[in-house]
Amino acid sequence: MIISVASGKGGTGKTTVSTNLAVSIDREVKLFDCDVEEPNAHLFLNPEFENSTPVFTFVPKIDADRCNGCGKCAEICRFNALAVLGKKVLVFPELCHSCEGCRDICPEDAVEEDARELGVIDSGHRNGIFFVQGCMRIGEAMSPPLIRHVRSYARPEDLVIIDAPPGTSCPAINAMKGTDFVLMVTEPTPFGLHDLKLAVEAVKVLNIPCGLVVNRSDIGDRQLWDYAVQEGLPILLEIPFDRSIAEIYSRGQLLVEEVPSWRPIFARLYDAIVDTIETRRSIQ
Amino acid sequence: MKIAVTSQGKELASQVDPRFGRAPYILVVDIDTMNFEALDNSGNAGAFKGAGIQAATMVHDKGAEVVMTGYCGPKAFATLQAAEIKVVSDIAGTVADAIEKFKSGSVTYTTSANADAHW
Ligand code: SF4
Ligand code: SF4
Repeated sequence: MIISVASGKGGTGKTTVSTNLAVSIDREVKLFDCDVEEPNAHLFLNPEFENSTPVFTFVPKIDADRCNGCGKCAEICRFNALAVLGKKVLVFPELCHSCEGCRDICPEDAVEEDARELGVIDSGHRNGIFFVQGCMRIGEAMSPPLIRHVRSYARPEDLVIIDAPPGTSCPAINAMKGTDFVLMVTEPTPFGLHDLKLAVEAVKVLNIPCGLVVNRSDIGDRQLWDYAVQEGLPILLEIPFDRSIAEIYSRGQLLVEEVPSWRPIFARLYDAIVDTIETRRSIQ
Repeated sequence: MKIAVTSQGKELASQVDPRFGRAPYILVVDIDTMNFEALDNSGNAGAFKGAGIQAATMVHDKGAEVVMTGYCGPKAFATLQAAEIKVVSDIAGTVADAIEKFKSGSVTYTTSANADAHW
């Protein structure tokens, strides 16, 4: 089972929820930090890193001796990553999406394989948790392939928690797609609600059951609760605003370890997720 | 000799469009005869990325030796350089004005891109 922890915008407490949930579940868990532009779950989890592997993607390299300048490679490239000027072929590797269409179509076998580094995958352990994070190379613009790489560490029998990138763009979709449940972390403010609605719409398109965690639940107004009722979204956990929680976070500590009374609360959050998935299955 | 000028319209009297990759038209003008061809660049102009690369390729395919435009981004500039096409930037007024300016010899060629990516 894969639970993705997502949010309509950054800074809602998504990582607090994903890390505390992971350590509170009474079985082996894999935690994947797929927020590859800013992976920060490791700061709270403090895993012992054992492996660090760079991840590469295909980009073309043109063999000028074989190339006849026919232009077919540039024609098929939807991403304008190639320019054919007479017999000269220019490659813009940063625009390439690695579809390999240019290699397939080249009549002269002039397109060779080169590589662009997407980033690094780090993995390690902490107690019963196997932790994997993707860390995108500075200057790299494409995170979905790296996110898919992180997700490839999941086996079907695993319980996986994914810390997804915030928002509703390609990276967030790549982290949520095909998961069994989306736990959406939000705040009860007008901005929070606006971004939550967009994110919920995206999850509907993906057809994944969804539930909410309301962080700083005692600030803002009640519009969020009205929206949740109207959409039939269960609110599975409310975390009130509390100075000591903020301080624990700012010290890079885990709430359930500093304030042990939170541990059963996060354990129940997991049970509620399982219940929600099963209820939905039985309805369908 | 052919010169390519980025343009808002299809005529020599049209205003120069300052954006190289995203101009609606590129006029390729033979400065000896003043015959010209208006290339429809709208397909490139809508591209998410790499519009300038496509426009540069098109200009090269039409045999232009010089590009006159407002701003030229780094990828377009690299493509034009590879194609050995010279670039005159910061051009304004009409396409005809630009050609006159070129003919009078009062132009300087740009040696680097003068806009950030995504123009
Ligand atoms: S398709 Fe192959 S032969 Fe044709 S221009 Fe591209 S690299 Fe050269
Ligand atoms: S692999 Fe695909 S995206 Fe990359 S240059 Fe070739 S055709 Fe373009």
